[in-house]
Amino acid sequence: MSVLDFDYMLGLLPILLGYLPLTLGMAMAGMVLALALACGLAVIRVLEIRGLNAVTLLFISFFRGTPLLVQLFLFYYGLPQVLAFLTQIDGVTATIMGLTLHFSAYMAESIRAAIVGVDRSQTEAALSIGMTNAQLMRRIVLPQATRIAVPTLMNYFIDMIKATSLAFTLGVTELMGATQKEAAGSFLYFEAFVTVAVIYWAIVEAFAWLQRRLETRLNEAYRR
Amino acid sequence: MIKVANLVKRFGDASVLDGIDLEIEQGEIIVVIGPSGTGKSTLLRCLNFLEQPDAGRLTLGDLAVDVTRASRADILAARRHTAFVFQNYALFANKTALENIAEGLIVVNRWPKARAHARAREILERIGLLDKADAYPASLSGGQQQRVGIGRAMAAQAEVILFDEPTSSLDPEWVEEVLTLMKRLAAERQTMLVVTHEMSFARDVADRVVFMDGGRIVEQGPPARLFNAPEDPRTRDFLRKVLAAQPGEPS
Repeated sequence: MSVLDFDYMLGLLPILLGYLPLTLGMAMAGMVLALALACGLAVIRVLEIRGLNAVTLLFISFFRGTPLLVQLFLFYYGLPQVLAFLTQIDGVTATIMGLTLHFSAYMAESIRAAIVGVDRSQTEAALSIGMTNAQLMRRIVLPQATRIAVPTLMNYFIDMIKATSLAFTLGVTELMGATQKEAAGSFLYFEAFVTVAVIYWAIVEAFAWLQRRLETRLNEAYRR
Repeated sequence: MIKVANLVKRFGDASVLDGIDLEIEQGEIIVVIGPSGTGKSTLLRCLNFLEQPDAGRLTLGDLAVDVTRASRADILAARRHTAFVFQNYALFANKTALENIAEGLIVVNRWPKARAHARAREILERIGLLDKADAYPASLSGGQQQRVGIGRAMAAQAEVILFDEPTSSLDPEWVEEVLTLMKRLAAERQTMLVVTHEMSFARDVADRVVFMDGGRIVEQGPPARLFNAPEDPRTRDFLRKVLAAQPGEPS
């Protein structure tokens, strides 16, 4: 007998790929929501809006300072005991919520850094020709901040794809949960987990390729 | 016409501008010289509120304003009456040479894009960079970037162009092309207020040279008078030092 049961792995592949939409769907929903939230948090931090700034700092501190798994358990198992309406939340929603809050804390800081990182003299130049603050942001700062932020934001997205595997601890049968079930049925744990690892790896590489293409396009203006 | 009366700017306890009075006639070319840290750049930056002055009155064409009571609209108006050329060019890195020049026309003056681009092309031709219309700043030499910076200021059709040490960041090889462009603008009687250490430019091009020291205007006059017969000992001292450092200068 060979080390790996390839036939089993080939048979497992289409079954596991059937769960890809759920895994990617959670990651994409989490990414869109986290981006929106992170932009709001970053603006609060850049403009140092009174009152909100302190709340934002606390939010970022908590969600960066505790493990994602702890946060997921807290939302899914913990909070419903004190907040009755949360009992109706299913594992998928709780996962998306957790991913959103957790990753928005990280992304807010990199978006803030990107905004601050746009050369200050360009801001002065825009003001000197009579632009308003809103025009300055829309035409000059944000397009350049986007370019600075994209590599890190893409990294967080890739991280988020992998983090969706934690949904399995909330009883969600996604890619990881499905693998676990298949393996428990066949006892071929090694084959099953090698297969799922390769699937995650391939997804991440596909997005890394997209990231490189996007960065090349965004860097067009900066080539010497 | 531009009039500055008793302009004061403090940074903390230090008075950087200590009561500046200055009048500029239309078509006049004024060069401001003086030791580093005497408020020359700050004066320029106060005229368009890149720095908020602490006291004084400012008249820019039809706009007359007490700087301490300047509203947001006054500040925008002041900026539209002036154009600024920066020491480090400060071109918009995400925009081509053409777009850098057209940007203000499109966003601030609300020109249709086609008209703004046509005007930007005319300006590119005048500054000799029509072939670089679609180049981004990162691919231009320092001299080319500064010429685009001047082109951007020309597009604004402001009453005065403020030049803040426009050649100080340039490698020596690019200084001449920028000065040549500035001389051409001067010949067209574009009103200019120039802070520079290029004494030959001051001597050849200025209608009036203003010497500043310690946040004040120490003396001013036509370049021939100021360079050949400075009245104040501080002016004499400064000129002796800079002219010794620029050996090409006749003294």
